[in-house]
Amino acid sequence: MDSKELRAMCRTVRRDIITMIHTAKSGHPGGSLSATELVVGLYFGDIINVDPKNPEWAERDRFILSKGHVAPVLYSVLARKGFFPVETLSTLRRFGSILQGHPHKDHTPGLDCSASSLGQGLSISNGLGLAFKKLGTAQRVYCLLGDGELQEGQIWEAVMFAAQNKLDNVCAIVDFNHVQLDGTIEEIKNLDNLPARWLDFGWNVIELDGHNVEAVVEAYRLAATVKGRPTVLIAHTVKGKGVSFMENQSDWHGNAPNDEQCAAALAEIGGGSDD
Amino acid sequence: MTKKIPMRDGYGKALLELIERNPKVIALDADVAKSTRTVWVRDKFPSNFIDVGIAEQDLVGTAAGLALGGMLPFTSTYGVFMAGRAWDQIRTTVCYNRLNVKIAGAHAGISVGPDGATHQALEDVAIMRVLPNMTVVVPCDAEETRKATLAIAALDGPCYIRFGREAVPVVTDESTPFELGKARLCREGDDVTIIANGAMLYEALEAAKVLEADGLGATVLNLHTVKPLDVEAIVGSARRTGCVVTAEEHQIAGGMGSAVAECLALNQPVPIEFVGVKDTFGESGQPQELMDAYGLNAAAIVEKAKAVVARKV
Repeated sequence: MDSKELRAMCRTVRRDIITMIHTAKSGHPGGSLSATELVVGLYFGDIINVDPKNPEWAERDRFILSKGHVAPVLYSVLARKGFFPVETLSTLRRFGSILQGHPHKDHTPGLDCSASSLGQGLSISNGLGLAFKKLGTAQRVYCLLGDGELQEGQIWEAVMFAAQNKLDNVCAIVDFNHVQLDGTIEEIKNLDNLPARWLDFGWNVIELDGHNVEAVVEAYRLAATVKGRPTVLIAHTVKGKGVSFMENQSDWHGNAPNDEQCAAALAEIGGGSDD
Repeated sequence: MTKKIPMRDGYGKALLELIERNPKVIALDADVAKSTRTVWVRDKFPSNFIDVGIAEQDLVGTAAGLALGGMLPFTSTYGVFMAGRAWDQIRTTVCYNRLNVKIAGAHAGISVGPDGATHQALEDVAIMRVLPNMTVVVPCDAEETRKATLAIAALDGPCYIRFGREAVPVVTDESTPFELGKARLCREGDDVTIIANGAMLYEALEAAKVLEADGLGATVLNLHTVKPLDVEAIVGSARRTGCVVTAEEHQIAGGMGSAVAECLALNQPVPIEFVGVKDTFGESGQPQELMDAYGLNAAAIVEKAKAVVARKV
């Protein structure tokens, strides 16, 4: 996809997120909207090597959505990529749906692992990266982390492991939107000097504007060229991005919009075509 | 004098055998490789060994990723940290995804001795058997630990294997049959069924001899697989003898005895007595001293057997 198409896809995905969560009457819009460019860039920017017609293809790259509560952004992208029909999105969180409230690998085609007991995804990604090294394949692993999730101790166990084992096929992405459920990151447990923290642990660090989808794609490309150490993309983002009344509001971490809010949000996001 | 070997030796031996046959087997440890015997893998097959350091949650998560990538990982550390510290990782990542991760809890039970209660896993079987998709195995000696390790490697899915630190009496040999999910009948008698696993199997066999001298015939079942439970063997024996004693080096609450009680309550209600740890933490002491102090020995089984026989109507 070219830049114009990527931007249009981001709007489509944002619309899906709002519509899905509105229909389900529950879900997590804030972090889904902040991660939109990060996931769209990965799947539509010619980065991740997957085959929607063969979701279990063993040689595919992997995406571990560690902050699993933002499942709507991934479900939308997987549907738009062709892993399952777009109409399925309206079944989010319903009894019998393939779209569980938090991701479950066995339910959803294209989903590489369940997650969202927060803090676990980077360890899983490291194990995959290590397996690919042992198998001698060029497969890569992408792991999306929430900023609040970095408060989990296991993340830092995994950060040390990846550096120790030189897992240059692992690319972590931090959705640095500064807002968690109970308030701001700064109020609760700050991540001051976040790039320096990762650097000190031995990682290659790329900082970027997480809402500039071209910059996102470029960062993924750059990460793949770095050898001998893992890369983290620290993506500066806005929680609830694209819907002004949701932006930077912890109240929109895990609440569904009502009918009026849904209509207002969709109007603000706009249509799928670029302008 | 009965020959004694630590069960963990059987675990280490089995890992070496497995790696010789399958280079995708990876032994992971969390800084206790000498204790769990994965150090044998480190020395002989260094590329099949990973030490994650003192990080049990990362240990399980990394193993999960290795399994997703087509490897056959075995995670090993002390049972109290393996099952306890990493329980959420085992639940939500390994079991929910049905990942092919093998989890070994070493130094389990009160017989770990002088290290005291912090290191005595007495709850691990309970918190592992409650997890969907999980298989739970508690072998009785070094050779059975070896066989059980080979058996869980051949099974596709999450497995927990638990074994102790101390050298324990050898009660099986290479020719003794072992089938996952099938209790092994060790001895037959008509008056009482003793169901035991782990180091308590030897104690059960000793108890059966004492009971025989006192005129009571005991059936002894080795229930090495706590999950899935061999309902047929348990119910069949309970029906024949009319009463059951369970014996395990674990809390009574939630352990193997609880699993047996759940099974019998549904299928064959008979009087049952439990030998195990009675809702208390352990403490420092010599292994045998602690086993005796906490009622984990043949004498305790004999006492419970006589009590349960007396309850038969």
